[in-house]
Amino acid sequence: MDKAMRHFEKELIALKGEINGMWQLVLSQLQKCKQAYVTNNIELAREVIIREKSVNSFELDIDKGCENFIALFTPVAMDLRLIISMIKISTTLERIADFADGIARHVVDDDNVASETMKEDLKIEAMFDIVISMLSDSFVALETENSKLSGTILQKDDDVDTIYEEGKRYLADYILKDPEKGECILNTFLTLRKIERIGDHCCNIVEEIVFYIDAKVLKHSKGRRSEQKIENNEPEEPK
Amino acid sequence: MNIVETKDVNFYYGDFHALKGVSLDVVKNSVTAFIGPSGCGKSTFLRLLNRMNDLIPDMKLTGKCLINGKDIYDKRVDVDELRKKVGMVFQKPNPFPKTIFENIAYGLRVNGIKDKEFIRNRVEESLKGAALWEEVKDKLSRSAYDLSGGQQQRLCIARALAVKPDILLMDEPASALDPISTSKIEELIFTLKAEYTIVIVTHNMQQAARVSDSTGFFMLGELIEFSETRKMFLNPSKEQTQNYITGRFG
Repeated sequence: MDKAMRHFEKELIALKGEINGMWQLVLSQLQKCKQAYVTNNIELAREVIIREKSVNSFELDIDKGCENFIALFTPVAMDLRLIISMIKISTTLERIADFADGIARHVVDDDNVASETMKEDLKIEAMFDIVISMLSDSFVALETENSKLSGTILQKDDDVDTIYEEGKRYLADYILKDPEKGECILNTFLTLRKIERIGDHCCNIVEEIVFYIDAKVLKHSKGRRSEQKIENNEPEEPK
Repeated sequence: MNIVETKDVNFYYGDFHALKGVSLDVVKNSVTAFIGPSGCGKSTFLRLLNRMNDLIPDMKLTGKCLINGKDIYDKRVDVDELRKKVGMVFQKPNPFPKTIFENIAYGLRVNGIKDKEFIRNRVEESLKGAALWEEVKDKLSRSAYDLSGGQQQRLCIARALAVKPDILLMDEPASALDPISTSKIEELIFTLKAEYTIVIVTHNMQQAARVSDSTGFFMLGELIEFSETRKMFLNPSKEQTQNYITGRFG
């Protein structure tokens, strides 16, 4: 039987390879985007913008690969869930890359006029670090087929939301104090918002991974998501 | 490179027009599948490729049927030689009432080969090629009827491989087998194409999708569509094909 599955499995492994490649690229985009924003590095930001096209190509290739796989192999059960998840994950990864591209454009267009102090007060770097770790951990969860990591990742999104809400209040106060800096504050808010959305998208990826591994639907249910956070909160490996 | 080329092939069983102007090419070292409803002409077309229809009374053929560039219906063609080059595996496993070893060796012996060492090596090579060697190497002297249905079918494939054909025709080779044996045959088909050209008729559309590179859809004796399998199952060109593969046919 093992031998009989080889062809089918080879195709599936090739598809997984594609999604892994896309994941690594998006992760690297996000890391570079953070670096570019925090250090105001226009060259690095330009690199992020240029590489966005490669992310789009990955999405198209994965879509095509999944379409072919469904048409030719009529997958069922876990294989079907994996293919459905891969289609959704690749779309989500592409959106995350779009946000990274958007933040990089703020840097290149010199919209990034937030002072170093403001960036520190807003904890933007910490926020970036959390979403990068969410994306990285969700990759590990899929690679190791370990849905136990999902709770930890979902929990991290709460931390992102907390920073975002605090940042929003900070910016609202700031604009009242110094209305002339309205445009700067608005652009900073848009960056903050994009990072917060990246966190949400990482949660969407986690939902797809849980659907693939455990056939559980977490989508549109705060209750099920909360249960997942409590039941699957595997401590992180010490680094 | 095309190993099979047919041009405007028409075939009649008496007054019945079974194949209507079929033209298609089969690429060397590929798997080509024919699908279509019962009585659509796919098996008739397959059997034309090693002249299995010759024995049917009142048959009539027009058009060209070339293998390796030669017209296989030319009067000078030796049909036995043709069938050595174009082997066939049928729907139901049909081993000879002989030992496993003799089932493979028989074809070599009737072709005049007497060298025992050569025959032994070829039997082993053929059984390995059919992914059966590991299962039968210690019981070659047992009757072929002791094997399971799936093993018998792989024995028939090994028997066909023993005479080193260029092309292997398979007429629903897995339709009488359970899913595990079917998977083994499908994987075997996929690996055999490295050395052989395979043409398979199947009622199982998913099987055609899984194993073949090109697919032809027949209906009422006509080749409605012939294209790359991925294209056929993702975006067929003809409405009739779409209706058939999506189960809306009829």
